[in-house]
Amino acid sequence: MTRHIRHAAVFCALLLVALVVNAARVQIVQAPEYDDNPANRRPDIARYQQPRGDILVGGEPVTGSRDTGEHLRFERTYADGPMYAPITGFASQAYGTTLLEHAEDGLLSGADPLLAPLPLWNDVTGAHNPGGDVVTTIDGAAQRAAFEGLGRRKGAVAAIEPSTGRVLALVSTPSYDPQSLSGNGAAASRTWDRLNGDPDKPMLNRAVRRTYPPGSTFKVVTAAAALDAGVVRDLDAPTRSPDPYTLPGTRTRLTNEAEGCRNASLREAFERSCNTVFAKLGVDVGVRGMAATAEAFGFNDAGLRVPFAVSRSTFDTSVDRAQLGLSSIGQYNTRATPLQMAMVAAAVAGGGRVRSPYLVERTLRAGGSLVATAGSRPTREVMRPATAARLKELMTGVVEKGTGANAAIRGATVGGKTGTAQHGVGNSGTPYAWFVSWAQGDRDLEPKVAVAVVVEGSAADRDDISGGGLAAPIARAVMEAALG
Amino acid sequence: MTKAGTGTGITVAQADTPAPVARLPRRRGIELALIVMAVLLSVFGYCNVGLAQHGTLPPGAAGYGAGLGVLALLAHLAVRLRAPWADPLLLPIGVLLNGLGLVLIYRLDLETPGDRAAPAQLVWSTLGVALFIVVVLLLRDHRVLQRYAYVCVAAALVLLTVPIFFPAVNGARIWIRIDSFSIQPGEFAKVLLAVFFASYLAANRSALAYAGRRVWRLQLPTGRVLGPIVAVWLVSVGVLVLERDLGTSLLFFGLFVVLLYVATGRTGWIAVGLLLASLGAVAVGWLEPHVHSRVEDWLRPFASIEAGDGPNQLAQSLFAFAAGGVTGTGLGLGHSVLIGFAVKSDFILATAGEELGFLGLTAIFLLYALLVERGYRAGLGARDPFGRLLAVGLSSIVALQVFVIAGGVTGLIPLTGMAMPFLAQGGSSVVTNWAIVALLIRVSHAARSQADGRVVP
Repeated sequence: MTRHIRHAAVFCALLLVALVVNAARVQIVQAPEYDDNPANRRPDIARYQQPRGDILVGGEPVTGSRDTGEHLRFERTYADGPMYAPITGFASQAYGTTLLEHAEDGLLSGADPLLAPLPLWNDVTGAHNPGGDVVTTIDGAAQRAAFEGLGRRKGAVAAIEPSTGRVLALVSTPSYDPQSLSGNGAAASRTWDRLNGDPDKPMLNRAVRRTYPPGSTFKVVTAAAALDAGVVRDLDAPTRSPDPYTLPGTRTRLTNEAEGCRNASLREAFERSCNTVFAKLGVDVGVRGMAATAEAFGFNDAGLRVPFAVSRSTFDTSVDRAQLGLSSIGQYNTRATPLQMAMVAAAVAGGGRVRSPYLVERTLRAGGSLVATAGSRPTREVMRPATAARLKELMTGVVEKGTGANAAIRGATVGGKTGTAQHGVGNSGTPYAWFVSWAQGDRDLEPKVAVAVVVEGSAADRDDISGGGLAAPIARAVMEAALG
Repeated sequence: MTKAGTGTGITVAQADTPAPVARLPRRRGIELALIVMAVLLSVFGYCNVGLAQHGTLPPGAAGYGAGLGVLALLAHLAVRLRAPWADPLLLPIGVLLNGLGLVLIYRLDLETPGDRAAPAQLVWSTLGVALFIVVVLLLRDHRVLQRYAYVCVAAALVLLTVPIFFPAVNGARIWIRIDSFSIQPGEFAKVLLAVFFASYLAANRSALAYAGRRVWRLQLPTGRVLGPIVAVWLVSVGVLVLERDLGTSLLFFGLFVVLLYVATGRTGWIAVGLLLASLGAVAVGWLEPHVHSRVEDWLRPFASIEAGDGPNQLAQSLFAFAAGGVTGTGLGLGHSVLIGFAVKSDFILATAGEELGFLGLTAIFLLYALLVERGYRAGLGARDPFGRLLAVGLSSIVALQVFVIAGGVTGLIPLTGMAMPFLAQGGSSVVTNWAIVALLIRVSHAARSQADGRVVP
């Protein structure tokens, strides 16, 4: 009997060995595969186990975290959510992240290895770093001025500091409160459905993700090309342009809203926004010259990031001369984001040089130590400095005695350009009112802010839709705020 | 474990018993030291959970430690009093596993505020230890049980049958439920059946081994001898299949085959057992939809994920084990509660695997292995065939049960709902396991107090 008891004991021992070997298989050999299974919720739980780092505007966080005590423990909160939504985006447990929340997710969530005190340290301890903070370049006052200026209208504002490329304001309306998407419950999914079904597209960041026909504001680009190419040498010399202007090779006759555009000088044409003069100038410069200048400003660049991606603004380079004429007054296939038009104003204000815009000034660890700074951005020569100086003159003229009078600020030099862009089939859509401008306080050494405002307008204000009427006051408020 | 010192805990044989030639050392002091360690380890785990979850020591730590300590000490005193030669490892292992189980259940209670199981488990553990003490104190000689073999089998069959008249819970009719109070009589039945099998086989082993016809290499016993025991076994397994408690039917089957083999020494029984088990498994797996789906889950644990229905329990369990890795997340820091239903009972091992890691899990397996090994050792040391078979049967129950449930939740074999001995939530289970340890203590005491240094065949 003893022998058989021993045999049975060996059998039991084999059962144990099988258990241990199988446990090793599950816990060691196949563990990475199981850990990476998309149905495994542990990575999500770990991700929301700790509060997320914050996004700061002017030293104050515009985000926060709320302890829900649930499995996915911390939810994002937002102060002034709708106002800052075009910058922060949302951080939702159900729908992921967008904009800064997305671009800086590794840092904010604590996953970024740069946050660890020592390289590989977390791999050893299995610890999680607390989330880091993102300090933005946004000027809270300018942001608020833009948001309140747009009010209930549909539109967008982008403001940048010409000398550095720092983005001072980025606003898109109508907006939404990203906090309502933070959780993963029924309320979040209802909000998600509502926002996605809204024809006004409140989650669309119009300042960087939507392109509009820039209309007459594009004449800044055309003027720069004409001056750089030597097509125009004297701002006050007649331009030998007819009114109406028949687009080359067609019977289409281009007319003006304003009077006195026949043979108007560049200065007069700029102040009165003469379509005929600028269409002809564009044709005279030629596709290659126009495209070179537009691309120097940043058009046709699909790679711009601030750090989230900015939609490509377009200047069509495969056009005939008639299409080139229309392109040169910001119609046909010419399209621009508000941020791109702010870069146009900034290039003029910055003496012909433009720096690529950025939103993140620096990133910090939870304790406040520095992870990274934005550093100096490369500059790009857009036009000759002399051309920029003459364009500044032209733009100040628009504000002082042209269509942009609504943007004038006491105690500051302001240059601007209005635009009213037709769109839709047969120009049936409500026109877009544009205003691009820059401002330099009387005590400043250089222009401090460049702004682009677009207002999509509504049927209610159809009659007085114009860049000068609708968009310029908003730009003025933003510039005043930025000048301080 | 600590080194088996020769000085501490050995007391000279008491005056009223005649000193045998060479008794084994008693080692009660070692038992006490190990019990203290087991209690301290459990309290440490309890504090660890509180610190991990709230950053403070849990308010009940002192009470929990005191309660477990008093229970363990009372059990120890009972052993000192009435079973002084018993194996000193059996009781500490029981205390440690029970204490660890309470910690794990308390830890999971924190995640499920609406469903607190630890207090009830503590009450059941107290009842289990009380039963342990009663058995150790009152059962002077385990051989007495032989007389009650038929009472045991009758009681076992009644206990097994009764749940048929109660509503099914989660597909299995294995509970007797009155209001919120529920017991699982199959748990008690396994001890009773072990007593019956051991008793019957001890009484009839020669007849089983040597009478009857010989077919090929198998010596068949006469039907008159084999009949009753096969009948009992068939009835039990049949009832369990009706109740859809396949884990327990597998357990009874294994118990029966092991005891038959040990009693008769015929290897052929193992072959027959394996053959029958395979046939039964294939038949049940084929015909019974409940089991069929379990087999499907075992073969393809992530099929429900691929189908877009999310992970099933087995997949969640595997995720939990994988998340633990080698060293575990630490007590209180895992997410095995994602398993959901049965996380405190059938799947409690997943929490151990996730939070204590492969190392902790291996330690737990080794504790069970030690418990089984000590049980077998008691069986080897016992002089009477009944005692030997009883110890082997009870130890095998523990071994098989651990294998069936641990193998199930780690994907080694198809999942059958069973309770991890001592660890899992479940009153009947804890009480039964304490009864098993008590019986092993009794057999061990008898074996070691009689031993003269040689193992008697």
